[in-house]
Parts: sequence; structure tokens; C-alpha cells
Amino acid sequence: MDYQYNIGCSLTNLKGIRDFIRESLREQGITEIAASEIVLALDEMCSNLMIHGHHCDPSHILELHIRIPQEHTFVFEIVDESNVFDINQFAEPALGNLVNEKRKGGLGIRLVKSIMDNIEYVHDGGKTTCRLTKIISD
Amino acid sequence: MVHIKRLQEEGIDIIAVVGEIDASSSIELDLAIAKSVGEGYKRIIIDCHAMEYISSAGLGVFMSYIEEFKDKGILMVLFGMKEKVINTFSILGLAELLHIRNNKEEAKQLINGLSI
Repeated sequence: MDYQYNIGCSLTNLKGIRDFIRESLREQGITEIAASEIVLALDEMCSNLMIHGHHCDPSHILELHIRIPQEHTFVFEIVDESNVFDINQFAEPALGNLVNEKRKGGLGIRLVKSIMDNIEYVHDGGKTTCRLTKIISD
Repeated sequence: MVHIKRLQEEGIDIIAVVGEIDASSSIELDLAIAKSVGEGYKRIIIDCHAMEYISSAGLGVFMSYIEEFKDKGILMVLFGMKEKVINTFSILGLAELLHIRNNKEEAKQLINGLSI
């Protein structure tokens, strides 16, 4: 099973991404709570890419894939032509510091790392694939 | 897409969030809270029963007011969150930093009790 969705880098397109992921996971019988966490993680990754990698230029395209290579293993790929930072290299500030500094940002990467089981990047022919893996047991 | 509605009951500003809050719409939540603060409300209740989704951008709005509200003596209570929504707050530990109740009555009880 391979679901694919291509979308321009506009923040108003985030809802389309969420709907695509929800619908794909519903077809696979994933519970609403488990699906909602995955939707959240993908929304965070795509909005980060749109803002920091593509300056919200809707002519730039993100390519999303969902694959299920084996039972209970869900792989989500975001393919684009930007070269943004690897979130594995990003040290999240402590929540208390964010609160004290009255900051609005800094939570997204923490969410993605909390939700996903593995995050890796593959660079190939000018394209970057961010691959997020989630194990969903019954 | 989100709709924000405000109404006032017993001196409490009630901000109802309808729909999904993400990176494109969190500004509307921010503006509504800022407006409430600007109008001098010291008790703010956020009605979340029709909130279908919140991303980190929306969580960040609530987080950014925690210290300011402490400094200004403003109380904010959220109520009516769906399980999938409150789960998002819980993943980050934000549920412990905010006042969250099940329904409007409990939210009012808390906000009135806290302000005594």
C-alpha cells in the first residue's frame, strides 16, 4: 500500500495534508487517537518545511508518501528540494525556559520526536526525503 | 480554518474556538486573547468543545501567556476538550501548566474560586 499526496507550500494547504493522512490511516483501521498523533507530527514537519525551507512559496511542492512495509510499521516520507536542518541534531529547549521566555515556538520538534519512533533523512539527486517511522501495535 | 467567538458572562470573557488551529490560523486565537487582555478582562475561559485540532502553533499561543497572566493576575481556564485534543497538550506536559476542566460549570467554579 502506498498513498501519495503532492501539495504546494502554502500554510493554508496544511488542512489538506491532515485530511489526506487521516483518511489514509482510517482506511488502515488506525484508531482516531493514534491517527491524531501522527497527523500532528506530519503537520509539524510540513509546516516547518513550508516556512523554513520554502518561505511559503506555493509553487514549491512537497511530496508525501505513506507506506506500510510490514505489519504495524507505518512509514511517512516528505520529499522536497530544500536542505533544512536535521531535527535529530536540534536540542529542544526545556519547556520551563520556553514558558519563562513567553515564547510561542519551540514545541513542534518536541512533539514530532515524542510521537515518532524514528526520524531519518536521505539526500539523493538534489532531493531530500525525511522519513518518519511509527510502530502501531494493536 | 478556525472561527473564534467571544461572549461575556458574569464578568468572565468566554472565547469559543471552533475548528482547527494550525500554523495558518493560530494568529486568530492569539489576537482574540490579546483583545480580551487589552479590554481589561481578568478572568478568561476558553471554550474548546468545538476545537477539532490544535498544532504546536496553537499550543504556543497558550504557553506564551502563562507568565504574562501570572504577572498581571489574569486567570485563564480551558474546558471541553476532546480526547484527541487534550492528548496533544499532554504529550508536551502543557496540561499540567494550564488550568483545564471538563465543562463550563467546572471552569467557572475554578475561575471564581481562584479569584477569591
